[in-house]
Amino acid sequence: MALTRDQIAMRVAQEFQDGDYVNLGIGIPTLAANYVPKHIQVMLQSENGLLGMGPYPTEDQVDADMINAGKETVTASTGASIFNSAESFAMIRGGHVDFTVLGAFEVDVSGSIASWMIPGKLIKGMGGAMDLVAGAKNIIVTMTHADKHGNSKLLPSCTLPLTGVNCITRIITDLAVLEVKDNAFHLRERAPGVTIDEIKEKTAGKLVVDGDIPEMKLS
Amino acid sequence: MAGFDKVVTSYADAMHGLEDNMTIIAGGFGLCGIPEGLIAEVKRMGTKGLTVVSNNCGVDGFGLGVLLEDKQIKKMVSSYVGENALFEKQLLNGELEVELTPQGTLAEKMRAGGAGIPAFYTATGFGTPVGEGKESRQFNGRDYILEEAITGDFAIVKAWKADRYGNCMYRHTAMNFNPMAATAGKITVVEVEEIVEPGELEPSQIHTPGIYVDRVIQGSFEKRIERLVTSKGA
Repeated sequence: MALTRDQIAMRVAQEFQDGDYVNLGIGIPTLAANYVPKHIQVMLQSENGLLGMGPYPTEDQVDADMINAGKETVTASTGASIFNSAESFAMIRGGHVDFTVLGAFEVDVSGSIASWMIPGKLIKGMGGAMDLVAGAKNIIVTMTHADKHGNSKLLPSCTLPLTGVNCITRIITDLAVLEVKDNAFHLRERAPGVTIDEIKEKTAGKLVVDGDIPEMKLS
Repeated sequence: MAGFDKVVTSYADAMHGLEDNMTIIAGGFGLCGIPEGLIAEVKRMGTKGLTVVSNNCGVDGFGLGVLLEDKQIKKMVSSYVGENALFEKQLLNGELEVELTPQGTLAEKMRAGGAGIPAFYTATGFGTPVGEGKESRQFNGRDYILEEAITGDFAIVKAWKADRYGNCMYRHTAMNFNPMAATAGKITVVEVEEIVEPGELEPSQIHTPGIYVDRVIQGSFEKRIERLVTSKGA
């Protein structure tokens, strides 16, 4: 069975290590905050200028001056810091953020990513995505393996305008965990009950299947 | 005004000198930390042909979005503009030009502009449409593009507190682009929630030193929330 959005987020959260500074994009990545393993501590960075993002506020705590990068009201966690946008992107572009998790339309075997613009549709802008893919030490892309018409999003070469080149090393989809290296997608794990054949069929770029591929452990 | 006293008492004085076809750099992220009264004054003045540099363009009917209503903006330099139906209409009609700039590059362009750095290299945008037509160069085996700094004829800034000398403090994430914007205007105008006397703010807690600031005005703010999300609490 393909994973649900929450199950993808659950698998993403297993990647985090104790003491990581993490930036989560909008959508599935944001859900990963709900599944951080209990025994570790991570600090969430919000690129509008908050390190140590807490939960959404209660009605009493709502403050128009406290928002996250998605422009939602938010709180600061214990030990948080707040700073200006240049400082925020200095920590991103300077390689100080350990993990960034973001969605994508397409990823290719060279690790290039397209996530911000579909020609012919209105262009809204890239926000901080180009800075994040250029700067973070580790980037995880989360997305469905194929679009709703069944077309693969893991390609020999991206067709849409790029967000960044040769920067993606790890992808977690509803079907699999894959590593990107040597111009191929290397299958590392599969979703419970998903066959290697199904993953092959839905991966347009070169797929390397080496040895036994374990099922993901979701708990 | 005398000495270092930067306080002005009317919005007309605050924005005096703004003319058609000028460039305005505006602080704010979404609707958070925006100089509401200064934006309203630009609308009242009816100044046209403006280039506005700001992370976003407000929403329909609020924030910088109100400057679209009378087609005052010629060009917008932003990282994300998806919150605004009128913006979309004017963009598709060709009435409005937009230069999409990665958020970190935009912040750095303002910072560099204010710091007298004409351009800088960044890896952000290399190999993407943002890098097209820009000079590129390798450092330590990695590719970078050259991005030019931005300065404005005016910078409009929202701060929490300022003293009469223009020393500013911001509150929470309403800081965002405001400190960089404040450095990058030929004339920098700060609209604040509270004006205090010099000496009342702790010197080491000042975010924007008064040297960057030309005018300070006491504002009143609606502080509209763009996306109210709450939790039930524990």
